[in-house]
This record gives sequence, C-alpha cells and structure tokens, in this order.
Amino acid sequence: MEWLTPLVAPFIVLNAIIGIVTYVTLLERKFAARMQSRVGPYRVGPHGLLQPIADAIKLMMKEDVVPTAVDRPVYNLAPIVFLVPCMLIFATIPFAPGLGVADLNIGILFFLAVSAMEIVGLFMAGWGSNNKYALLSAMRAVNQVISYDLPFIFSALVPVLLAGSLRLSDIAAAQAGLWFVFYPVVGQLAFIAFIVSTVAAENRAPFDILEAESELVAGFRVEYSGMKFAIIQLAEYAHVVGASFLGALLFLGAWAGPGPEWLGPGWFLLKAMFVFLLVTWVRWSFVRIRVDQILALSWKVLLPATLVLLIAAAIVVVWRGTPGV
Amino acid sequence: MPETIAFYVFSAIAIGASALVIGQRNPMHSVLLLIASFGALAGLYIQLDAPFVAVAQIIIYAGAIMVLFLFVVMLLNAPQEDAAEWDRTHPLRQGVLARFGSLLALLLVVELVWALLGTSDVDRPVGEQAGAAGSVRALGKVLFTEYVFPFEATSVLILVAMVGAVVLARRESDES
Amino acid sequence: MMESFTAVVPMLCVTVAALAVMGAEAFRARGENLPVGGLGIVGLVGAAAASVLLWDRNAVSFGVIKADNFGLFVTMVLLLVGVLTIMLSAPVVGRDGLPKGDYYALVLFSIVGMIMMATANDLLVVFIALEILSIAVYVLTGIRRDDPQAAEAAFKYFLLGAFSSAFFLYGIAFTYGLSGSTRLDRVGAYLAAQSLSDDPLILIALGLLLVGFAFKISAVPFHMWTPDAYEGAPAIVTGFMSTGVKAAAFAAFARVFLSAFEPFSGDWAPVVWLLAAATMVLGTFVGVAQSNLKRMLAYSSIAHGGYLLVGLVAANEVGKAAILFYLLAYAVTNLAAFGVIALLGAREAANDELRDYAGLWHTRPALAALMTVCMLSLGGLPPTAGFIGKWYIFSAAVGAGYYGLAIIGVLTSVVSVFFYLRVVVMMYMADGPAATSAPVETPRVALAALAAAVAVIFYLGVLPARILDLAVASVATIF
Repeated sequence: MEWLTPLVAPFIVLNAIIGIVTYVTLLERKFAARMQSRVGPYRVGPHGLLQPIADAIKLMMKEDVVPTAVDRPVYNLAPIVFLVPCMLIFATIPFAPGLGVADLNIGILFFLAVSAMEIVGLFMAGWGSNNKYALLSAMRAVNQVISYDLPFIFSALVPVLLAGSLRLSDIAAAQAGLWFVFYPVVGQLAFIAFIVSTVAAENRAPFDILEAESELVAGFRVEYSGMKFAIIQLAEYAHVVGASFLGALLFLGAWAGPGPEWLGPGWFLLKAMFVFLLVTWVRWSFVRIRVDQILALSWKVLLPATLVLLIAAAIVVVWRGTPGV
Repeated sequence: MPETIAFYVFSAIAIGASALVIGQRNPMHSVLLLIASFGALAGLYIQLDAPFVAVAQIIIYAGAIMVLFLFVVMLLNAPQEDAAEWDRTHPLRQGVLARFGSLLALLLVVELVWALLGTSDVDRPVGEQAGAAGSVRALGKVLFTEYVFPFEATSVLILVAMVGAVVLARRESDES
Repeated sequence: MMESFTAVVPMLCVTVAALAVMGAEAFRARGENLPVGGLGIVGLVGAAAASVLLWDRNAVSFGVIKADNFGLFVTMVLLLVGVLTIMLSAPVVGRDGLPKGDYYALVLFSIVGMIMMATANDLLVVFIALEILSIAVYVLTGIRRDDPQAAEAAFKYFLLGAFSSAFFLYGIAFTYGLSGSTRLDRVGAYLAAQSLSDDPLILIALGLLLVGFAFKISAVPFHMWTPDAYEGAPAIVTGFMSTGVKAAAFAAFARVFLSAFEPFSGDWAPVVWLLAAATMVLGTFVGVAQSNLKRMLAYSSIAHGGYLLVGLVAANEVGKAAILFYLLAYAVTNLAAFGVIALLGAREAANDELRDYAGLWHTRPALAALMTVCMLSLGGLPPTAGFIGKWYIFSAAVGAGYYGLAIIGVLTSVVSVFFYLRVVVMMYMADGPAATSAPVETPRVALAALAAAVAVIFYLGVLPARILDLAVASVATIF
C-alpha cells in the first residue's frame, strides 16, 4: 500500500476544495444579497444552507444538450481542460506547515503557470461552441488574460522578493513577524495591484466583459448545459478560491494567527475567504467597463506601476541587506 | 517504476500530439494539439529535474505564445482546408520535387536516430552547469555571470522584434 | 573592471546610435525633419574609432565577445557598409516615403547584430546576433508595405530564415550536448581531444551548423530565398543585406569552422568543396538568363558567396586572408552597384529591368560611369578590387591543391563577365527610354558615397598590398 500514499493527499485536498467551492457560491450569493438589501437563498435548508447541494443535484440531472454545429472534440474536452488547471493550482498551496500536496521549491511559479493555462480551456469552450457570442467572449477573454497576467505575476513577485524564496511555505513563514500587507508602502501597493489584477484575471465585474449578460448572453459557456455547465462553474469558482488562497498566503500571513497551532488551517481559510469577499465586494459594487478601458488600465497603468513596484521592492531588499522581514 | 511509466506517457503525448499537429485540416486543432505537446514537454523537463524550465515552458509557450497563436488563427478566421485542397497541396501527392523534400526530411530523422543510437555516452551529465537548472538560485547566478552578455543581447533582440512589429503593423501614417 | 567592457564598445556605439535614432523619432514634432541618418553615421564613426583603438589588443569581454584583429577587420568592413548604406539611403527614404526613424534604427540594429556575430566567441551569442540582424533585415525587406512584391519577399525570407535558424540552433544544441559548453575555445579544445573519434553526433552537429550558415550566405542548395528576397526588397536594402549579412555570416562561419571545428576539417572540407562548386556554377549560369538587374545581381551575389567558400576550403594562410580581402572588395562594389540601382528608381517604378538602362550614359553619365566600374569589379577585371580579390582566392585554392575548384572559379568568372558587360553595353550603346528622358540631378550625399566607394575599389585594385597585409595580420591572431 506504499504507493497509495501520494494519492491520498491529493484526494483529500481535491474533495475539500470541491466542498469549499460549493459553499463559496452560497457565500457569494448571500453577500451579494446583503449588499442589495435582499435575503438571498433561504428556502432549501435552514437559511438556505442546502442550496448549493440542491443546485449541484439539479445540474447533474439536467439533460446534456449538444448543439449540432459544435466542433465536437473541442467542445466536449473544453470543460475538462478548463477544470484541470483550476484544480492543479491547489497542489502547491501549503495549508499549514508541512500540510499540502507538494511544496515545490518553485511553488509560486507553478501556481502562476498553471493558473494561466485556464485560458486554453476557456478558449476551447468559446471557439468549439461555434456560436458568435461564445466566440466574441473567447476573444475578449484572450485579450484580457494576456493583458492582466503580467501585472498579476509582477504583483505576486513582490512578496517573493521580500521573502527571498519561490517556495510558498517559505513565503508564509517569512511573514511570521509582519504580514506583507503591512510592509510599509510596498506591501500595500502590491496588495492593491494584486487584488485588481485578480479581479481582472478572474473575469469578474467590473472586468467581466467576456460574459457580459446584456450583450453576450453568458459568453463562452452559452452553449453548455447540465454537467458540463456545472464543471465550468466549478472551475471558475475554484480558480477564484485558489487566487484567494494565494492572496492570503502572499500578503496576509497564511496560517499565522492567535490560538494553538492546529487552528492554522482555519485562520488560513478565514483569510482566504476575506480575500474572496474583497473580490466579491468589488464585483457587486462597480459597473462593467469597456474593452478599451480594460486594456488601457492594464498596459498603461498597472503594468508600469507593478514593474516600478517590483524594482522598489528589490531596492528595499538590497538596502536592508537580507531578504525577509 | 512510476517515473518510467510517466516518461513514456509524456513522450507518447509529446510525439503523438506533434505528429497530429501537422495532420490536422483545422488550424485551430493544430494549435490546441501543439499546446498539448508543449505541456507534455514540460512534464519531461520536470522528470529531468528542471522544474523551473518546465514552468517557464508552460508560462511562455503554452500560456503566452500559443494563446497568441489561437488569437491570430481566430482573427484570420482561417478556414478549414477542404478535402480537395488538402489532396492538392499534400506534400506526398505533389510532383517529384516536393516528394524529394519529404524524402530529405525522412532522411534527416533516420540520420538523427542513427546518430543518437550510435553515440555511446548520452547519459553522462553535461557541462559545467549541469544540475544548475534544478535550482532557480543557481540558474539566476549562471544567467547573470557566465551568460550575462547573451542575456543582455537578448534585450536588443526583443527591442528589434518590437520595432519591427510596430513598423509592419501600424496604420499608414497620415503625415506623408 | 572597465577593461572587461572594451571589446563591446564598437557595438555599444552603434546600439546607442540606434536608440538615439528611436528617441529622436519618438520626440519628433509632426512634420519636423530630423537628420537621424547623420546621427547614425556619428555612431558608426565612433564605433570605427573604437575599433581602430582596439586593434592588436585582443580584448575579450564577458568571455564571449572577442575583439581580435579578425573580428575588428570584419567590423570595419561592416561599419563601412553601414556608412555607405545610410548615405545612399538619404535620397531613397524620402522619395519612397519610408518611415525614416524606423528605417535607420533597423539598419543600425542590424549592424549591431552583424558586429556581434563577427566578434562572437560563443555559439549562443552567434545565434542571438544572427537573430538580431535577421529580424531587422526581414522587416527592412518588407518596409514598403504598399508593395505586394516586397511583402512576398519579406514573408519568404522570414519563413525560410526561421527554418534555417532552427537547424542552426539544433546544431548548437548538439554541440553543447557533446562538449558541455557553447564557448568556441572550449568546444575547440573538446573537439581537438576527440579528433580521432567517429562519434556520429559530432558529424550531425557539424552538418546542422553548416546548413544554418549556408542559408545565411545563400550557398547553393540553400539559396532559394535569395533572388525573391533581393528582388522584392528596396534596392538599397538589397545592397545592404547582400553585403552586410554575407560579411557577418562569413566571419562567424570562418571563425566556427576554422577554429572550433578545425580538427574535423577532413569531414567538412569535401562538403564545403561541393557547396562552393555548386554555388559558383549555379549562381553564374542562372544569372546569365536574368533580365531584371536586381535579380541578376542576386545570382551574382550567390556566385560571389561561392568564391568566398573557395577561400574557406583552401584554409591556408593566403586563403584566410583572401576571404577578408574579398569580403571588403565585394561589399564595397556590390553596395555601390545597388546604390546606383536605388538612385535610378522612382517611387512608382523600380526601373530595375535591364532595358531600363539603355542609353543611361546620355542622361546620367556620372551614374553610368560609376555603374561601369562596379560591373567591372564584380566581373573581376583589372585594375579593380574584384580582380585582386579573385586572384588571391584562386591562388589560395591552387596553393592548397584544390585545382578543380580554381578551374571552376576561373571559368565561371569568365562566364559572369558576359552578364556584367551586358549592362555596360546597354548603358553606352543602346538607345532606350533612359535616353529620351531629361537629365536628373543626383543627390550630393549619395554621389559622394558612390564616389568614395569607387575610390576604394580602385585603391584596392591598384595598391592592394597594404590592406592585404592587414588581412594577413588579422587572420594570424585567431587561427
């Protein structure tokens, strides 16, 4: 049974993530409802607590409609290709010291690389659907992801510089004294840049032009139904949750918090949810902006700003002599 | 044992996907298969103890360059080659000259296989920096000491490419 | 510390000039006419001064750039090509409505790549330099965007060039895999130790590198792109790339094959022998059949590549020095010839068919006279530079025992005289469209450049000893 051990950890993490992601949808709906003075889901279970389960069962039982004009292999593979990177990003995240699937020495690069692969699945869905809304959505997605990957990577590299390591557990450990979000000036600016580019990279409002309901119906997933639709939704939320965990790890000290050590994962989850709510808060507060505004914001503001920030962080590190706080 | 299996799986994907890339009539399928091939290559790099190279491969090739490929293919709206066109332009159904080209390509493959089989010591580590690829720190050090000139020269290369792209792509100036 | 930077100073000067041109273009007011070409010339002259100061010092920077006399000699040739190109471009750029800043910046950047290639002591740097100059030249080829022929030329050149770069890179990969280094001296040391081994990988690496170089110098089975690219590009760009690219590629070719791969010369010399023979024969005989002057000169430049390969095969003292001398003679002559073609063109019509030259002597005698000198020099007639160059190349071949090559070379030279003289006959003895049109004044700067080029041609043809001594001295430093 020796060979089974490397399979156990991923199994647990995957299922935990799917569970978290399922309930994150409820969290978002409740939060959005609160912002709009509604109650949100309330009927299924106490306070609507069973709503995500009901949604999942409903989606699984729905008929899987495949339009005749789709490019079948691409259309059918797209949800899986979309899901795999969104799940793989959790592989390198340490949920507590020594608790994680694989603590790679280039963990953060792995996260960024795999997370960028999401676009391939998204593109396959949009293109394979053979639908003009879906295609337009895929085009916008590519535009946006290419534009925002760079500021996303650069802002995530600021904590890397401050910690002096690419290993995620080292970055978390380096914040034992001072969370990087409290690091003077550099930390806060990097955090803001990180949140903005996360919102954009996750294609959420105000950067959600690729699924803009009023013009593109639902964008790249307009032709999907049933389980395939569920997988796409799952992957999208998993990606947001993954980015939230990354944000909590890079800037909010990961598992650091009061109380005994075994509470660490709890703190981590709480911080990740805080980042998630931050992103959600942005989503429900701002109106959608135009394509050219989105691109201009990335190339003319965020990219130069994050580059300068990265250089500033490097100067700070060199000036202080050693990396770390 | 699992490593060996993984190696053969990655190699099979890489070779199979690459072969399929040139056999597709739909350019979009070719690009997607090429992404699969690059992904499998990244897996092989990890097996070679070069995780940084693997990740760079994914970020740069599969993530950035191939996505631009997809975008270009989509913008050009490259049509699916129809069967007649396919037959007409297929290198093996051409005149003597094109078949000769295919023959030369085959010859190159045979030569390479022969050479690789004929060489005795392919499994020895190579170079002063063997093993450096494994650690990002060592890689950075080598890049900024031993290879600093090629590294800096590359920036000129990228600048030239950018200037060239702008020259060829920008709208007609309304000045002249 | 500063000592280690000296070898890169020439290319740094040109890079700074290129950046200055870009900056000037960026901050140029609308409609303002800046002398960016002059800026480029300042940089090139600065680089030339630096090269003169570096002479005999054998400076090495970063271990990968080696400003030995061989590299510096080629650098000087390249700088001369650059200055002449910029001077000849001045009237052309305005006439054809080319984007001025971009044009000069790309020319300067490709010169940076050429200098880097000529002085590189590392296969990786050779590759990067090759790409810098290639990308700049691809774009220059297609810089007239309203011309479909130029677009086709640029596209063909780009695709085939990228293909050959892949071969070259593959060859570098095998070399690194074998020797564990891309530095030429270390590769050479490894290969010298292996000189008796029959490892097939060495031959594969050798072959792939050879393909990459042969493409860039358009040796015969790899020459397919040359006529189309040369015909489609603006004439002055054709002149630039047929001389600069070839000189840089030959310098790197000679450095790699005559130093690092010298122990295996028994393996590559016969192959290069075949390439040289095929290149000379095909370049000459297909050239005879051309009616377009640019296309004809394209085949002629292929043939000249063949003569240079003869020097490489011979590989004795005379042969190596003859390569350098021939590079200089060929560069000046060919560039001047293309300069004349460029000056005769108009925005609407290239005027590069042979019949367009009928009666040129009557309308533009100065250009006709200059063209005559160029044609005589390309044909290898005394007292021009081309004659001396060929003389040394063939005597080197005979000295090394390659009688066959020498005979092929002499015979093809004789045939080639036919098509060079056809141009001359056309200009003086035929009546044609050029005879009827009104005389046009030739721009002064361009005329000065052409006059200087012709002066160099005659200087090399009448008093070659001094330059040849320099060439001999420079090859002595590396091989």
